[in-house]
Amino acid sequence: MSERKVTIASSVGLHARPAALFVQAATATGLPVTVGRVGEDPVDARSILGVMALGAKHGEVVVLSAEGDGADEALDSLVALLERDLDAE
Amino acid sequence: MANSLKGLGVSAGAVVGNVVKVNPPVPVPVAEPTPTDVAAAHTSAAEALESVAVELERRAGLAHGDGAAVLTATAMMARDPSLLTAVGSNLDNGAGPANAVDAAIREFVAMFTAAGGYLAERATDLLDVRDRAVARILGLPDPGIPVLDRPAIIVARDLAPSETAILDPSLVLALVTEGGGPTSHTAILAAQLGIPAVVHAVGVLEIAAGTEIAVDGTSGQIVIEPDPETRIRFGEKARRRAELLSQGSGPGRLADGSAVALYANIGAVADAEQAGSADVEGVGLFRTEFMFLDRSTPPSLDEQIQSYTTVLTAFGSRPVTIRTLDAGADKPLQFASQEREENPALGVRGLRLSQRREDLLSTQLEAIAAATEKTGAHTRVMAPMVATAPEAEWFASRARAVGLSTVGVMIEVPSAALRSRHVLASVDFASIGTNDLTQYVMAADRLSGELAPLLDAWQPALLELVGATRRGAADKPVGVCGEAAGDPLLALVLVGLGVTSLSMAVPKVPAVRLALSLHDRATCEAMAAAALDAPDAAQARAAALALADEELQLLL
Repeated sequence: MSERKVTIASSVGLHARPAALFVQAATATGLPVTVGRVGEDPVDARSILGVMALGAKHGEVVVLSAEGDGADEALDSLVALLERDLDAE
Repeated sequence: MANSLKGLGVSAGAVVGNVVKVNPPVPVPVAEPTPTDVAAAHTSAAEALESVAVELERRAGLAHGDGAAVLTATAMMARDPSLLTAVGSNLDNGAGPANAVDAAIREFVAMFTAAGGYLAERATDLLDVRDRAVARILGLPDPGIPVLDRPAIIVARDLAPSETAILDPSLVLALVTEGGGPTSHTAILAAQLGIPAVVHAVGVLEIAAGTEIAVDGTSGQIVIEPDPETRIRFGEKARRRAELLSQGSGPGRLADGSAVALYANIGAVADAEQAGSADVEGVGLFRTEFMFLDRSTPPSLDEQIQSYTTVLTAFGSRPVTIRTLDAGADKPLQFASQEREENPALGVRGLRLSQRREDLLSTQLEAIAAATEKTGAHTRVMAPMVATAPEAEWFASRARAVGLSTVGVMIEVPSAALRSRHVLASVDFASIGTNDLTQYVMAADRLSGELAPLLDAWQPALLELVGATRRGAADKPVGVCGEAAGDPLLALVLVGLGVTSLSMAVPKVPAVRLALSLHDRATCEAMAAAALDAPDAAQARAAALALADEELQLLL
């Protein structure tokens, strides 16, 4: 099981367009990726409903986890995505 | 003309056309049998959700901007693995496919609604997915607007954002809804697109699809199966209106040549870029709340400088009026915790919040000053919810300290209107926010649909306060930036009361520009006097209308 911690850079948080982009990217990895707050139950990162309900705000730290072949590379690319201000792009 | 209905006209224009009805949502069957073949039910539910996702993606392809983004996200909801899992477990527990989808979606809706704010708004999109999936499972037509192959008048109970986002203005002659109010989604969208619209038209759903109707988006009148005479009258009105509106351009001028500036109201950086290319003389109200709401920390100095720079650049040398943060208990900020208030509209909001969180105001003023220096723009800055002269002075001294030279206040509290001589002593201009000023002078909650008649901007008491503001302002500019400024007839009354600029949503500018060009100042003053003399709002409007040019009738 691989894990990464990342601070949400999007000014609107993990909402709306940034949430959709993140979920699309997580789905594209083909791996069961999860996202959650530190010490809380994570949600399926491929679920737009789960990610929106998580409601991670700008500046919050979240934990990404994945298992399987290429999990490290997949998480690195998702971390890079969340470190950008997706809403401003 | 017995065969007619009356609604609330919310987007001007007259048109005759055939009714296309929005298919009502399919009710979830109460007694849906437990599927005998559970595997087949799984497939049926999954296929229905997938086909909804495909349809929403197709619609996203036809929509633009924000509309497309909302539809793409909604398609992702239909295809959500967590949703499918929840539907599957409902099926395994014996639910029929329609009920399995409905129950799963209602669970998410409950979660979103409980979270409030942005998520609660998205609950509508989820319910849209539910309605479409249930219809497909039952083999019924999709609810919502059918695909149009010729121009038509859309008639609905109300419209969801996913429906309005793909409206093709070239095929939609008019929108008529039985529900909704003047500030509903339908009304706002129709005004933006310039499509005539009537809301709150009780009984309109009883008109059969295909029936020809005539719709007047100003008076709210709807004529069913109009006779030839009515058809000609509506057709002529539409033609003359289009002709008149296409004539005007440039700065606002009365018939006698005196200037009344026409400004745009904007609420986001994207609006500014669009409004910047429009034929307006500047910005009369730039709301800055969007930068502060729905986030856990205030925007940084740099982020704010960047936003203001974009807005100022879009308007070049034209003046841009920036209103500092207008938040409070009804528009709460996550980073400025406040106690719950019994009467948020009367609580710590607007400048009152700035006085308690001076750091927020200082950063904002500093950013506005920096962006002004960077662009060389003509920036005007003003404070919301000012009630007293010391408050105005408090704000003005802070704005001037960072180098902002043109400082003003909003007049939206009756005390500020009545005491404008003192309130305006320390500032350079005033801008009357008629929406809040009406709410406060009539003691009627803006958000209450039931009290709508009290909130009519033609209330003579509001007009008295506009007059009082003007009298105390000496020769300082006094603008209006509420809904009232965008009503062509009321705009004339405001000018007659001495208002020097009118700020409104951009699509409303051409009609107001034309109204100004048809009347001289003496007529506007006579209209104002007649309106002030009237005992109530309806008679105030009638009195002003009696003095108006005949051509103006076409715009109303």
